[in-house]
Amino acid sequence: MAVLELEDDKVAAPALAHRRRFGGLFFAAMAWIGLIVLAAIFADVLPIPSPTEIDMLGKRALPSAEHWLGNDQLGRDMFSRLIYGARVSLIVGLLAPVISVTIGGMLGMLAGYFRGRFELFVTGGVDVLLAFPPLVFVLAVTAYLGQTIANIALVIGILGIPAFTRVARAVTLSLSEREFVTAARALGATHTRILLRELLPNVALPLGAFFLLGVAITIVVEGALAFLGLGVPPPTPSWGSMIGEGRDSLDIAPWLSFLPATFMFLSVLSFNIVGDTLRALTDPRPGQV
Amino acid sequence: MVRFVGKRLFYLVPVLLAVTLLTFLISSLLPGDLAYTILGDQATPENVAALRAQMGLDLPIWQRYGLWLWQVVQGDLGRSFRTGEVVLAAVTERLPISLELMVMAEVIGLLIGIPLAILCAVKSGSAVDRFLTGLAFGKLSLPSFMVAILLIFLFAVQLNWLPATGWVPFAEDPIGNLRCFVLPAATLAFAEWPVLMRVLRSDMIATLQEDYIAMAKAKGLRPWRILLVHALKPSSLTLVTVTGINIGRLIGGAVITESIFALPGVGRLLVGSIQARDFVILQGAVLFVATGFVVVNFIVDMLYAVLDPRIRYGRA
Amino acid sequence: MAAPLLSIEGVSVTLPTPRGLLRAVDGVDLALAPGRTLGIVGESGCGKTMLSRAVLQLLPKRATLKGRVMFNGRDLFTLPPEELRKLRGPELAVVFQDPMTSLNPVLTIGTQLIETLQAHLGMDTVSATRRATELLAEVGIPAPGQRLRQYPHQLSGGMRQRVAIAIALSCEPKLLIADEPTTALDVTVQAQILDLLAREQRQRHMALILITHDLGVVAGRTDDVAVMYAGRVVERAPTPRLFRHMRMPYTEALLAAIPKLDAAPHAPLPAIAGRPPDPTRPMPGCSFAPRCRYSDALCENTKPTLDDPEGAGALYACWHPLQ
Repeated sequence: MAVLELEDDKVAAPALAHRRRFGGLFFAAMAWIGLIVLAAIFADVLPIPSPTEIDMLGKRALPSAEHWLGNDQLGRDMFSRLIYGARVSLIVGLLAPVISVTIGGMLGMLAGYFRGRFELFVTGGVDVLLAFPPLVFVLAVTAYLGQTIANIALVIGILGIPAFTRVARAVTLSLSEREFVTAARALGATHTRILLRELLPNVALPLGAFFLLGVAITIVVEGALAFLGLGVPPPTPSWGSMIGEGRDSLDIAPWLSFLPATFMFLSVLSFNIVGDTLRALTDPRPGQV
Repeated sequence: MVRFVGKRLFYLVPVLLAVTLLTFLISSLLPGDLAYTILGDQATPENVAALRAQMGLDLPIWQRYGLWLWQVVQGDLGRSFRTGEVVLAAVTERLPISLELMVMAEVIGLLIGIPLAILCAVKSGSAVDRFLTGLAFGKLSLPSFMVAILLIFLFAVQLNWLPATGWVPFAEDPIGNLRCFVLPAATLAFAEWPVLMRVLRSDMIATLQEDYIAMAKAKGLRPWRILLVHALKPSSLTLVTVTGINIGRLIGGAVITESIFALPGVGRLLVGSIQARDFVILQGAVLFVATGFVVVNFIVDMLYAVLDPRIRYGRA
Repeated sequence: MAAPLLSIEGVSVTLPTPRGLLRAVDGVDLALAPGRTLGIVGESGCGKTMLSRAVLQLLPKRATLKGRVMFNGRDLFTLPPEELRKLRGPELAVVFQDPMTSLNPVLTIGTQLIETLQAHLGMDTVSATRRATELLAEVGIPAPGQRLRQYPHQLSGGMRQRVAIAIALSCEPKLLIADEPTTALDVTVQAQILDLLAREQRQRHMALILITHDLGVVAGRTDDVAVMYAGRVVERAPTPRLFRHMRMPYTEALLAAIPKLDAAPHAPLPAIAGRPPDPTRPMPGCSFAPRCRYSDALCENTKPTLDDPEGAGALYACWHPLQ
């Protein structure tokens, strides 16, 4: 009964997975995301000082009643800059994956559904795009076209297309063989109808999970760009640029870098947790984390 | 076996061609008149026209692409208009530095990741396993530049053990050279080990449940032999793929790390050429890096066949 | 009989499952003398493989073991891991059911043979290679030298199983457990493999346990047969006696279910109706009662014990044995 032995392991595993699905960590992540989203949206009406007001006398000041988290190296309020920085991260973070998931998801679905030369073309194109050093791609385009939120989001979005194409194609491939698609076709449904009514709802869920992971990655990439001084130009605060600017003060005021770093870390972690939880829901494999 | 290699090579060629095309298009189609930029304040209409004719900028784009491609195939990536450097030389000069960083980073990453993965696989489900897996997951949310800042803060600023930036050639001062690479390599390795560990761990957990592992135990072999010879080899496919792809990516992709630690590698060359609008260097360097990536992927595919004989000979 | 080589005493194996505690093996007693062969027969799910895994100490982590397994006077359950490891190979060996999964696909046949010789007999590579070639020839593999360098998937199913047997025999074990050694093979190859096992057993005076679901396999190849059902031994007797004077209705049904060459064409095969009981729910009476055509209220309420009322060395557990 080797069969029995295997079954016992498989049988126990889903029980484990169930228990950890929506644990405390998930809700904590959702809470943090909710918090910064709200803060970013209502930044203007919050009772906080301006993020761009320079006060050379209050350089690197410690927290006080007026400046809850102190000042940075140019005397600007840290707390306010952190909240406005969230705006940039979230806007780019949400915009870019939207581009990726729309174009990538569409290409992937079409490739997986129609197969043949179109599929070869799409997968080849994806391979070519992947061969490019991504950061260089971003740098090149923003250097020539200008460093604006829109451009940065656009380029990062384009770079994210391969990942979503792959997921969409894989899911579509496995679904296309199933009975409900064959049935729809037998009933004379057009390709458009099958794609939109039958396949899209099923592809949407794994794509959605990946979308959240894409948000996490985008925040990181935007942060890296800003860190190198190649993101959104000053005075607009961005977590990445705050970390980069704080580098010179590491010996006397390390929190200037570590505060925005912590905010970024928590945000990325939260999106990762939520995205991973959703991904586990749509892709049940026992024993995986 | 020959068929297997041949098929892969066949696929390689169109991808490489497409890479060259994309590289060329990116640098050619972007706005801004190149001749104008080069001449700067000497840009009179006649000079601009003359330079354009000389550089062949008046030709239709597909002709320019063909000319450039012909040059590339002969090994001539051009010469920078700004500095007069031969592009190929500029890249190959910096390549060893990027390679040294890359190899060190990957080796450190594997040295951390492999033992941890084996530990987690053997004790799968235990507290140790859950802790390490959680740690790996958390680390994924910590981007490399943050790790760099942390490491610099700890080792350079606070403890003053290692230099924060700079580079010394190996020939001049081997110890100094290695000291310069420790922090950047560690930064990259920190980004690598979680992925490597997770990948090997899940493959090993699956392998350890296989009948042939039970058989190995039934033969009375020593546990270490079972783990390292019987279990590790069949589980390493994904690990090799990921390592290979990472190395391929790191050739030009360690841009951030090289910038932070001021290492004169290929990544910094790329960034510098963008900032200086030196599109000849940019074009040549990007082509070099992208080609390297495609080639490395090809080698990884070949390695598959070495690791898993079933792929080599096909099924009986 | 002479002092038994292997003595299984009151062994039970339970596994926790979400549906409850699964009783895979429920109080089994068996003994085997050196050089003798024992057949263990039963349907899928009767516990025969779990029993063999218990003897070999290869059970899954979550399993609980009760009882004792004495091998050569030592209790395998309480042996320290290093002692157990030294036993495996030179004293105790096993052949699994599917050689495609029991041989490591990424190691050569040679490596898998030689490593055992090196681990237990301390041979150097040259002598180990020579011995490996001899072993492969002994189990009937042509061109043995070449085979050493090949991988399992390059061999046919029958040859792979011969390799597995060669590996098992390599350290001259005192006991070989063959768990359904022919189930995964073509019918034409099955007889060859069984004959090979029988020949090796005779030549080496090795004790052999042959586990199978097919009563036909043990006929003429084993000294004793134990029939298992729902985790227990329900009948045990010397083979000739079992076939001529079987007592358990279950054994009778098993025998009837074997397809016969001389049956009329299209004659229906008398399969046993119903299915084995749920191992997570223990039954008060005989486990076979729901499917037995002789069962009555006594059978359903009281569990029969394994006894030998006739004193003929044949045990069975039944309230209404066949005559």
